[in-house]
Amino acid sequence: MEKIRRREKFKKEFLNTKSLYFFVIPGLIYYLIFKYWPIYGSQIAFRDYSPYLGFIKSPWVGLANFRRFFESPDFWLILKNTLWINMVNLILGFPFPIILALLLNQLKNRHFKKFVQTVTYAPYFISTVVLVGMLYTMLSPYSGVVNTIIKLLGGQPIHFMGKPRAYVMIYVLSGIWQTCGWSAIVYIAALTSVSPDLHESAIVDGANRLQRILHIDIPGIMPTIITMLILTAGQLITVGFEKAYLMQNSMNMGVSEVISTYTYKRGLVDGDFSYASAVEMFQSAINFLILLAVNKISKRISDTSLW
Amino acid sequence: MKIKTSRDDRVFGVITVFTLIIVMILAIYPLFFSLIASFSSPQAIYQGKVILWPADITFGGYKKIFADKTIWTGYLNGILYTATGTLLNVIFTVPMAYALSRKEFPLGGVYMKIMVFTMYFYGGIIPLYFVVRQLHMLDSIWAVVLPTMISTYNLIIARSYFLGNIPEELKEAAFLDGCGYLGFFFKIALPLSKSLIAVMVLFYAAKQWNSYFEPMIYLNTESKFPLQLVLRTILIDSQNALANSDASTVADKQQLVDLLKYGCVVVSSIPMLIFYPFVQKHFVKGMMVGAVKG
Repeated sequence: MEKIRRREKFKKEFLNTKSLYFFVIPGLIYYLIFKYWPIYGSQIAFRDYSPYLGFIKSPWVGLANFRRFFESPDFWLILKNTLWINMVNLILGFPFPIILALLLNQLKNRHFKKFVQTVTYAPYFISTVVLVGMLYTMLSPYSGVVNTIIKLLGGQPIHFMGKPRAYVMIYVLSGIWQTCGWSAIVYIAALTSVSPDLHESAIVDGANRLQRILHIDIPGIMPTIITMLILTAGQLITVGFEKAYLMQNSMNMGVSEVISTYTYKRGLVDGDFSYASAVEMFQSAINFLILLAVNKISKRISDTSLW
Repeated sequence: MKIKTSRDDRVFGVITVFTLIIVMILAIYPLFFSLIASFSSPQAIYQGKVILWPADITFGGYKKIFADKTIWTGYLNGILYTATGTLLNVIFTVPMAYALSRKEFPLGGVYMKIMVFTMYFYGGIIPLYFVVRQLHMLDSIWAVVLPTMISTYNLIIARSYFLGNIPEELKEAAFLDGCGYLGFFFKIALPLSKSLIAVMVLFYAAKQWNSYFEPMIYLNTESKFPLQLVLRTILIDSQNALANSDASTVADKQQLVDLLKYGCVVVSSIPMLIFYPFVQKHFVKGMMVGAVKG
């Protein structure tokens, strides 16, 4: 009886809202074609793809492509490079937007606050090509501003973009420059929901501004910080293709080759589709496992989790 | 309530403002430098004369840029791809987000899960390339705009916006007046969502205008390249080529490249940098709500 009633209700709701399908169906078709079809197609990682045989007729080889990747000397190199860039990025880059948001929150003059925000968001809208182009130009050993200054101070010009030891630092610092202001938005939004009552009673108790930041603002936005941390952890073995690839050159390849650039070269350039797809699948699986693990740990320790 | 500020707090306030001014200078100076350098002669730049104002003013770089046909074609292609892509994105994301924000929509939650799942689990670029190839879209505008047509992230923001900004009573009143879901969306929800649409347009347009990965893998005809791909050749490949050539010819070539470069940076960044401050005032309303509840 209950079941029938529920089915009736579903039917009624379905008929009442059927015009909404006009809005939803195009999107669902998009997800089917451009998201789920590739997931189905990623079984190519378990096949030995040959363009002559086509997708379905190519022989099933199980984990052979994965084994080939794990046994190749490239495996440890690109895994190490990818992890290293992300670790440095996490340690140096993660706190900046939080600090920026906390400082902005201290400003009483709304116009000045708006102005700082407008200016610090701007670099986010510069393209990766232009960003890396500016890096090459400004760090150029012949004509770059940085080397001009070094020469004026009597030093020898340094070819920064060709120096493997400088690569990760340049990558991370330019990333902070570009995204710091933008990433602060989330924290600024979270800070607006910190109750002003808490601040007022703390002032009555004689707490100064720094103490209030440490004991009211930071605990107030902790759930947001943890959420962002979990999301970052879920990308631990992903370094975005665009910037890494543009910053690559023959001199820094030993530290700049990461999973995304490796996949592109082995797959779309060399045509070893199955192998490259296996590398990608490895990456997405590890990311997903890390996300699950970090989410679980966070749920236990801090009661904050994605789901 | 009037609060007497302590000396500690005043010192702290001064440090805050000072730090933020430094942060602003760091954020804007590279862009400002590119702008003034684009009007200065390369020699003046080498000698460190260009710091706060152009030195030895020249328009040579811009003359070269405007005479360069590949840059023009790239510009037009970039505008075409960005306009088409953004239009498609907004047309498909906003109504769908509205539908998914309706609590009485059965299966809405299931559809949302189907979409969010793809944020964490994806087929990868190789299988996606195969799909695009199978659909015979390679080397056409469709390969550049269709695979990225809907961004799940934008969809979540839009859905949260509708959840938080369109009161349920409004819908009930409209339905009593004989308005259906479609009528309500177009006549009432959409006009109330200008902030959301402004933010969606900006996010998506910036992404499409700035992208080079999709055009690089899907397009092979040079006349179809968007600006970013053309710039890559001018800004980066040339630099690496220079680093590998011998020192005697470097100086001359470097001058030519440098003359073009700063101008290219300015020309390609201007559309976004002009556009975005106008939209910025909508960020709080259009995005923050989504960010908090998302």
